[in-house]
Amino acid sequence: MSSYATIDRVVRTKVFTSRSLGVLGICLGVVAFLVALPPIETRTELWPFLFGILALLLGVFAFTRGEKRVGGAAAVLGIVGGVMGALAIQSSSAKLDQVFTASLIASMLVFATPLTFAAIGGIFSERSGVVNIGLEGMMLMGAFWGIWGADKTGSWVGGLVIAMVSGGLLALVHAFFAINLRADQIVGGTAVNFLALGITGYFFVQLYHGENVPIGVSQIPDVNLAKSSNHGFFAASFGHLNLMIWLAMLLVVVAWIVLFKTPIGLRIRACGEHPRAADTVGINVYGVRYGAVVLSGVLAALGGAYLTVGYLNTYNENVTAGRGFIALAAVIFGNWRPFGAFGAALLFGLSTAIAIRLSVYSANASTLFQALPYVLTLIAVAGVIGRTVPPAAVGRPYKKQ
Amino acid sequence: MSEPLVPPGPGVPPEIQQEPPATVASRLAVWEQAGGIATPLFTALLAFMIGGLVVLATGHNPIQAYWDILKGAGLDWLAHPTHTDVADTSAYNFSQTLLQTSTLVLTGLAVAFAFRCGLFNIGGNGQYLVGLYCANWVGVSFVNMTRPAHILLGIGAATLAGAVWAAIAGFLKAAVGAHEVITTIMLNWIAYWMGNYIFHQGGPLQGPQNIPLNIPISGDVAHSARLPVFWGDADLQGLHIGFFIAIGCLVLFWLILNRTTLGYEVRAVGFNPDAAAYAGIKVRTNYVRAMAISGAFAGLAGGMDMLGYLYKFGTIDVQATTIGFLGIAVALLGRNTAVGVGLAALLFGGLLYGTTHGLQSGTIDPSLAGHLTEIIQGLVVLFVGADVIILYIWQGRKKLKRERRETDDAGQVPV
Repeated sequence: MSSYATIDRVVRTKVFTSRSLGVLGICLGVVAFLVALPPIETRTELWPFLFGILALLLGVFAFTRGEKRVGGAAAVLGIVGGVMGALAIQSSSAKLDQVFTASLIASMLVFATPLTFAAIGGIFSERSGVVNIGLEGMMLMGAFWGIWGADKTGSWVGGLVIAMVSGGLLALVHAFFAINLRADQIVGGTAVNFLALGITGYFFVQLYHGENVPIGVSQIPDVNLAKSSNHGFFAASFGHLNLMIWLAMLLVVVAWIVLFKTPIGLRIRACGEHPRAADTVGINVYGVRYGAVVLSGVLAALGGAYLTVGYLNTYNENVTAGRGFIALAAVIFGNWRPFGAFGAALLFGLSTAIAIRLSVYSANASTLFQALPYVLTLIAVAGVIGRTVPPAAVGRPYKKQ
Repeated sequence: MSEPLVPPGPGVPPEIQQEPPATVASRLAVWEQAGGIATPLFTALLAFMIGGLVVLATGHNPIQAYWDILKGAGLDWLAHPTHTDVADTSAYNFSQTLLQTSTLVLTGLAVAFAFRCGLFNIGGNGQYLVGLYCANWVGVSFVNMTRPAHILLGIGAATLAGAVWAAIAGFLKAAVGAHEVITTIMLNWIAYWMGNYIFHQGGPLQGPQNIPLNIPISGDVAHSARLPVFWGDADLQGLHIGFFIAIGCLVLFWLILNRTTLGYEVRAVGFNPDAAAYAGIKVRTNYVRAMAISGAFAGLAGGMDMLGYLYKFGTIDVQATTIGFLGIAVALLGRNTAVGVGLAALLFGGLLYGTTHGLQSGTIDPSLAGHLTEIIQGLVVLFVGADVIILYIWQGRKKLKRERRETDDAGQVPV
């Protein structure tokens, strides 16, 4: 017991509070991954493991002393940082300088953009009290009808408009069943996903015979801030980003302002927290929810359209491949807040970008980076890193009296 | 359902006016009321009709298309069931439909069992996948075992893997209240990428090839681990004894739910967790237990498929499998009962095979028809979810009946 007393005394001194030790653990967890990256580039797995275990220990220490958020975060970061650092070293010795370049930032933004659009859409829907598992389906609709529209109208603007309409229509189906018919929202969302898979697949075969999307469909332009001869850090990371990437960042700010600084946002949130009270003060709960769900469909479809019209410039069957579910994860990970979701989307985008770059050197290790968003979200909902607090009335159908 | 029990009025205290939250149990009660086979039939018919409209709108003949799908599913074999030789196309197609049905029965049960406990197990696909992986691992390794032992070990490992995978979600629900829909979705994708890792180039279980391939591919399951085939040829994807296992599981499902204490507790929690807790039932334990049993069904489906006819990854694109998701439609259409799940599995099994491999038609392209299945599946789930419409219709009819009875009574002359 005396040893515990000693430790406690050390902890009680101002510098080594359990909180500061937890923060130190978080830093060490990040370091565990960073030592594997270019400036340091350690060649043995020892260092990531060492730092990772240290972070884990500090995290557990802080966790058991009441600092659950900081401690949990440190423990998770310790494990994730250590394993990822070791994997990065194993999978691509001597090639890491080619993986972690300035253009990785550009790549991260590319993969984060569809997630951001869909996640912001998801936030609007869920803040108004309607669970939207159907984000994946709405993205897929946007992806297919976006490229079809760009092909038929000959302009990417037309493609985006048609994508928005298609996503909005699918969301309208979800809204009708969830709001008017008071069907189970999760079942409805699942149905919407199946429907989108079927509809896009069917018409992809019907219209393009399952393969022949014309080459050279009008593409969403890049915003060139740097000259093409410039190869500096800024030019490589932010110089030639697609228009939609900048729009996504703008959207995050706008969504935050709308949700938290305007009467409309207050109404949306009121419908998601206590619809009866909202109804009592004269808010049209059905109307607000309809608007929010349709908006979520429109935004998710924009994210999908960015994938095909902006990035790939072609279409494959089921091109979204689970990105809608990562967006859903970003909503939860970001605690139903626009900036939180954007941060999560960046994190998940980064892990996808790393996965794709690593796949050249080590095919199977890269898949673990693909799984990272799901693992992190699982840990987040398990309440280890803080607590995710969904809107109080989310998933509850509301019945007017 | 969510109708307030007491009509709102000035004399009613506000806490009674507040409607109770919609639970799975209350929805189930609606199904119980709406009753019978009429509503699922109506739902399926409506879905097929809208699917037909899509076919019509894109310039194909829907009636001819559905007839071809029916033949593709081998249902015309039922007209002459004595021709059991699989050289006969319809007999072969029917055996393939039953093969799909066996899997769908189990993935359907996986969703249905959790539903009866008030949980929505959307992770059937992940549980199915880990079942596939484990069965493949056992089937490829341990080559010196005797056949029954090897098969039992493979099936057992797959079942256990599915149970554990689902129990993670059940545990998180019980321990911290994490919503099972979110956790099972995440677990689905973790299972998916885990498979990519294990069987990919450099992965621990990639099959032995001359050159390592840059795709997920596994080794072949040893002959000692393959399930016996009782109808057709094992090399031609014959119908294996897993069909009987699936039927057995339907019976088991019914027995567990209706004839055991465990089943009683599961249903009690499903109807009303608060009331169940008040009655002394451990709600959290039941969440974990129900999820584990659900996952066991899905894992078993994976094990059966791997040892029954797939034998390896790469023969067909298992990565793109959605059979676990199809279980949701099967369970919902089958109203989460044993008989219903069996029938719904047969419907979707026929649809699945009849629209893809079995379809030989000039009317509709198989790749087109395959997506028609997905549309119909989506519509079925959508309409089943909207039980309230059916409730309205049903209540309206009941009310009408009651009124008629009352007027009849009034019209009778008292003796």
